[in-house]
Amino acid sequence: MRNVLSIFKRDFNAYFQSPIAYVVIALFLLISGVFFYLLLSSFMQYSYAAMMQQQGIPVNVNLMLIRPFFLNLSIIILFMIPIITMRAFSEDKKNGTFELLLTAPLSNWQIVLGKFLATYLFYLIMTGLTFLYMIFLFLWGNPEILPVLIAYLGVWLLGAALIAAGNFISSLTENQIVAAVGTFTLTMVLWIVGFSADFAGKVLGNLLQYFSIIDHFDDFSKGVFDSSHCVFYLSLMILMLFLTHQSVESSKWRA
Amino acid sequence: MIEVSGLTKFFGDVRALDEVSFRVEKGEILGFLGPNGAGKTTTMRIITGFTPASGGTVSVAGFDIFRNDLEVKKRIGYLPENPPLYNDMQVKKYLRFVAAIKGVERESLAAEIDRVADKLSLKPVLNRYIAGISKGYKQRVAFAQALLNDPPVLILDEPTVGLDPKQIIEVRELIKDLAHDHTVILSTHILPEVSMTCNRVVIINNGQLVAVDTPENLNAHLKGSDTILMEVDGRVDSVIETVKKIPEVRSVAVTSSIRTGLASYTIETAVGADIRRDLAAKIIENGWGLLELKTEHLSLEDIFLKLTTSEEELT
Repeated sequence: MRNVLSIFKRDFNAYFQSPIAYVVIALFLLISGVFFYLLLSSFMQYSYAAMMQQQGIPVNVNLMLIRPFFLNLSIIILFMIPIITMRAFSEDKKNGTFELLLTAPLSNWQIVLGKFLATYLFYLIMTGLTFLYMIFLFLWGNPEILPVLIAYLGVWLLGAALIAAGNFISSLTENQIVAAVGTFTLTMVLWIVGFSADFAGKVLGNLLQYFSIIDHFDDFSKGVFDSSHCVFYLSLMILMLFLTHQSVESSKWRA
Repeated sequence: MIEVSGLTKFFGDVRALDEVSFRVEKGEILGFLGPNGAGKTTTMRIITGFTPASGGTVSVAGFDIFRNDLEVKKRIGYLPENPPLYNDMQVKKYLRFVAAIKGVERESLAAEIDRVADKLSLKPVLNRYIAGISKGYKQRVAFAQALLNDPPVLILDEPTVGLDPKQIIEVRELIKDLAHDHTVILSTHILPEVSMTCNRVVIINNGQLVAVDTPENLNAHLKGSDTILMEVDGRVDSVIETVKKIPEVRSVAVTSSIRTGLASYTIETAVGADIRRDLAAKIIENGWGLLELKTEHLSLEDIFLKLTTSEEELT
């Protein structure tokens, strides 16, 4: 456990030793902030119009603002993941420090978990900062808190699966650009695979739909907790961590 | 302490190591020699558990690297060919990280870092970022890293690369000093380094073991023939003919022809047969000018070259 923590601490601190962390977080907050602002503006227009028309149905901030915001957020995340995970293993492989890790008395699982936790904590912090936007809604509006928390749970489960996938791709190459492009391709495929579901046959279509990573997020964004989606994300995470472990193990053989 | 037997390694179809076997006893410094690409780094990487072998076994302190790699890794301090440093860390934090993953207890971290920093005189740079220190310091930080947690076995892949002459001497002294209670394998290109620091030498070429012995024994062994260097002013073909008539002579070769009639020759003779008197007499007899005549002693360089280039000569 101490070994996992040592690797985790080193990798996590390394983010903040370079400008990467600040640039990534700033970019993410900027893009998600713009979306939030646009959604908020249109929501305000709509609710103003609704008020003028004296309709009896109150506009629902959870459904009309928070849900589309989280759907947008999930797509932005797909684009940010590769930047977060690209250096995880690639940098060590390039630097020669991979040799240090593999010849130290560490098990491969300790290396994989340490690196995963470092990238994942960074992700948690980055996405957690968007809670600032929610605070404004709670200060000047009255959204329900539970659906918001469930949406965050969805963001973090989605992230766990994707971050693990990014770690896996990064463990395959010593080139950070290749790692980023590879991870980006993977996240895009996992997203787009659902689009083609309608054109495939029934069985294949259902299968493709099942693997569409954003489809599983839909319920979370509505504030609906469905354990089958949790199972999907967690199994994807475990699969990816396992593949990362195999990749680290076999990199010895390939080297 | 270290036992390597029948080590074979394939990279695809390329045989990088072929049945390499040797032993290193406790407290010994073993020098690892060979031209670039001979398989030195590969052998070291197999011993440290970074790369698995395709065949053969390695055991360190009785533990097999394949079955019990964690036990082996605990006992080895490894300085790889490329210093495994994180440029974005301060020297002290880097050493702290490596000490932690090597299992140094939390309470003794500071003392342990102090100990290795002292050994490699790293005190002035402890708080500097690794990216900003000189190559010599980087090499020494990498060396310090290998000493953390005081492993009984040290594997050093070219430990003096990038150091200035004064630092090289310091590091050699350090290696000798460490050898009292450590077992050391070190690879190098610098041959005098081997004769200066090592008790025994392993020479490998094209993945094959060519020799394992003490530097002195190698010297004696390899003198399968004595060599005489000679410079003579006289017709080359008749000089060769005359020299060949001496019974102890095995071969004569022209090393360089300075101008017509003046050339230097290398003469191989049976061991212990000093034929310089005969040679001189024969040359004077023929009325040629004897400009130089001396016996040649094999240095480690010659042994190295002899052992590693003989195959090419055959083809």
